[in-house]
Amino acid sequence: MSGDAGFLLVLALMLPATGIVAMFAAPMRAPERLAFLLYPPTLAAVVAIAVIVGRSEAALSYTLGGWSPPLGLMLRADGAGAALMVMSAVIIGLVGLSALGAFRTPEGTSEARQPFAFWALLLALWSALNLVFLAQDLFSLFVALELLTFAAVPLVCLNGKADTLQAALRYLLFALVGSAFYLMGVALIYGAYGALDFAILRVVMREDAATALAVALMIGGLMAKTAVFPVHLWLPPAHAGAPPPASAVLSALVIKAPFFLIVRLWFDLAPYHGALAANLLAALGAVSILFCSLLALRQVRLKLMIAYSTVAQVGYLFLMFPLATSDMPWDTLGWSGGLLQLVSHAFAKAAMFVAAGLIAEALGHDRIDDLAGAARAAPVSVFAFALAGLSLMGLPPSGGFNAKVMLISRAVATEQWWIAVVILAGGILAAGYVFRVIGKAMADAGAGVAITPVPRSREAVPLALALCALVIGFVPLQPFAYLAIGRSTGVMP
Amino acid sequence: MNPATLYGLMTAGLIGIGLFGLIVHGTALRKLLSFNLVAAGVLLLFGVAAQRGAGAGFPGDPVPQAMVITGIVVAFAASALAVALLLRLLDVEREDDAP
Amino acid sequence: MMGVFDIALALLVLGVALMVVNAAETRAAVIAFIALGLLLALVWVRLGSVDVALTEAAIGGGATGILLLRACGRLRPSVSDTPQPGLGVRAAASALPTLLTIAIASVVLSPPTPAPSLAEAAAEALPDLGLGNPVTAVLLGYRALDTLLEKVVLLLALVGVWSLTSDGLWGGAPAELADGAAKPPLLLLARLLPPFGVVAGIYLVWAGADHPGGTFQGGAMLAGMWLLAMMAGLAAPPDTGNPRLRFALFVGPAAFLLVGFAGFLIADGFLAYPPGLAKPLIVAVEAALTLSIAVIIALMVAGPAMKAPR
Repeated sequence: MSGDAGFLLVLALMLPATGIVAMFAAPMRAPERLAFLLYPPTLAAVVAIAVIVGRSEAALSYTLGGWSPPLGLMLRADGAGAALMVMSAVIIGLVGLSALGAFRTPEGTSEARQPFAFWALLLALWSALNLVFLAQDLFSLFVALELLTFAAVPLVCLNGKADTLQAALRYLLFALVGSAFYLMGVALIYGAYGALDFAILRVVMREDAATALAVALMIGGLMAKTAVFPVHLWLPPAHAGAPPPASAVLSALVIKAPFFLIVRLWFDLAPYHGALAANLLAALGAVSILFCSLLALRQVRLKLMIAYSTVAQVGYLFLMFPLATSDMPWDTLGWSGGLLQLVSHAFAKAAMFVAAGLIAEALGHDRIDDLAGAARAAPVSVFAFALAGLSLMGLPPSGGFNAKVMLISRAVATEQWWIAVVILAGGILAAGYVFRVIGKAMADAGAGVAITPVPRSREAVPLALALCALVIGFVPLQPFAYLAIGRSTGVMP
Repeated sequence: MNPATLYGLMTAGLIGIGLFGLIVHGTALRKLLSFNLVAAGVLLLFGVAAQRGAGAGFPGDPVPQAMVITGIVVAFAASALAVALLLRLLDVEREDDAP
Repeated sequence: MMGVFDIALALLVLGVALMVVNAAETRAAVIAFIALGLLLALVWVRLGSVDVALTEAAIGGGATGILLLRACGRLRPSVSDTPQPGLGVRAAASALPTLLTIAIASVVLSPPTPAPSLAEAAAEALPDLGLGNPVTAVLLGYRALDTLLEKVVLLLALVGVWSLTSDGLWGGAPAELADGAAKPPLLLLARLLPPFGVVAGIYLVWAGADHPGGTFQGGAMLAGMWLLAMMAGLAAPPDTGNPRLRFALFVGPAAFLLVGFAGFLIADGFLAYPPGLAKPLIVAVEAALTLSIAVIIALMVAGPAMKAPR
């Protein structure tokens, strides 16, 4: 049973949401204060949940209002969900710190456009992410996806320029079409089973055409939101055009949420998929890795390069499907490796975007060819960028290295050689684009380069994020028991 | 034929027409209109399930009906955001063009 | 059974949908879309969902229609009327939609028997809440979390719309909805209709506890009356930073959150209701929500600030 700690799930979900509502109460002074007020208790709730789940080795759940599914709704934190919530909380906190400079409400006014919008959208994003990790009802997850989209889109065009507005509009349309297809699948499932709760559906799902269509529509819609090839076109301009803290959160967290849902649908709801479907997803992921890594190599602007790298790295996640095929998927290296890749990429990419933002501030531009002098202007940022790059390349010590080793060993063990080759090739290409940037940044600037030095304190954030990606590298190379907690029975105890 | 089945077939057609519009049109406003057609169709699928699930003295299963109401409001909010983006883009482009 | 009527309605819906997609002028497409919204409201009545029919007419057809018409009006002609795609392109584009239509149609034609439903479960739990309208029970009781979060989605969409202004205009008022002096018929309508509309809106919310109706329908009706007054020039859009406006936006979701968290103390948990108090609490929350929803809907149509704050 949920016991008395279930209320923590409600707090983790609702505290940030309460913040947005409170921001509308007039007169509000400095919305960033509200955000920083709500951060510690929410972080505490998230950490408490993770600890409880770990100690009791069971999922933590909470039924809302006393009405059980299928009529009512339930929140549930299993090992994977709790881990992802902690990851989100840490990244949002660090990125929020880095955003204080750019998004502080100016003295003398109680409100300004960019700070109000940024902090409201960031809090909403956090609530949405926690809802994705906790909700057990397919329709609640639809609401979560919409909350996520509406929080992410305005962040893209916060600077009000035409190119970012264009990118935001495109992102919105892609996201809406993805949601429509997801909801289509949900409607078909309700029509077939009269329930939308994961635990119940797991028991009653049949292997028929209607169900297969429904799940295919849902996964298809979610793929558009997670920007895997071929529906990835919206991502690079959107993530590159957003302000650096927003880009960090978009690449690190926002696109991981729909992927997490695909994993849940695949493994929890309809685990009977054949090799064909799994290999199709992996093939699309492979094309993402190779094609977008090549595109990243050719980019002129640093932020665009990092954005293309995001699409490539998300491709690795899709390799998880054929690698975790088993009666108990959560016990495989494929499962742990895939989730580890997700988490280490999140930290690494957040570090990269924040670092890139600081470098761009120091030099006044983000053209890769003209990065000479960056190492002198923002040395810690360049160092953080390099550290984060280790994870992307899959070099030790880093979470990315461990993740790729796990995935490769599983690929070899199940004789899916092509996957191992793709992972290695992706690592080499990543090395290409990372070293290109580091090389240019380490070069000495000529005399006529204007440099604005960046305060060292602000450089602490990308370093901290990059170090997180590194620290994750010290976990043992075997399936994590933590990520398997609460998986074997999806049914409420 | 059961009204639910008839309207279900209509919905299948509506979704197809909306998807066609999404593919064929290039401008944002037309795409938004097509998206709204698809969304209306998806919500009607819930409605078909609601009609079929009529019972316990209600003319329809209330749970999917509530979901549809939520969906209609969300679709409106999405349209409002999309329109605001589109109009802002036009305004900014106009400002950029005029020296 | 009114079989012929249903078939005619279904065909009409499909025909108008084709008009939306194939119209050459964007304005014509939008008008067809508004007509579609009203037709769909009829379909919802035939499907036994009067609550949804009301919401579709008010928000799906009404509010969305006004929104799209205003958008259409502000587009330059060269942007709004793009060259229509050729026959070959259309033929190729219809492959995937046709497949999808066939797939969905086959699912519709082979439903499970008996049809799965939560109506029984909803009916059983209804007396605990003391409500007569099961849809309200689902929205504010069994699945209240979804409704609460959806209010947050609405506020968030408003933040997004408001963010689309220049830094200097933040907190100011949206553009006037009336273009110049309003024509006499519109003025007459805007003077006569709102009193009735407001009463109807309030009634929809009040009655929604036991009969078809509820916060969205009532709120949309109130929003419509306000928009009508603004379009006729009888009222000016308020400053988006106006404290009273902000409070109106805040009060609905705040009341909902308050009752939700109070559930930890006075009932079983978050969003639970103490027995006997459920109906009054729900009606109170709905009253607050209606105000907020009315304001949110009207402001989303009005758009971001275009004038400096007063």
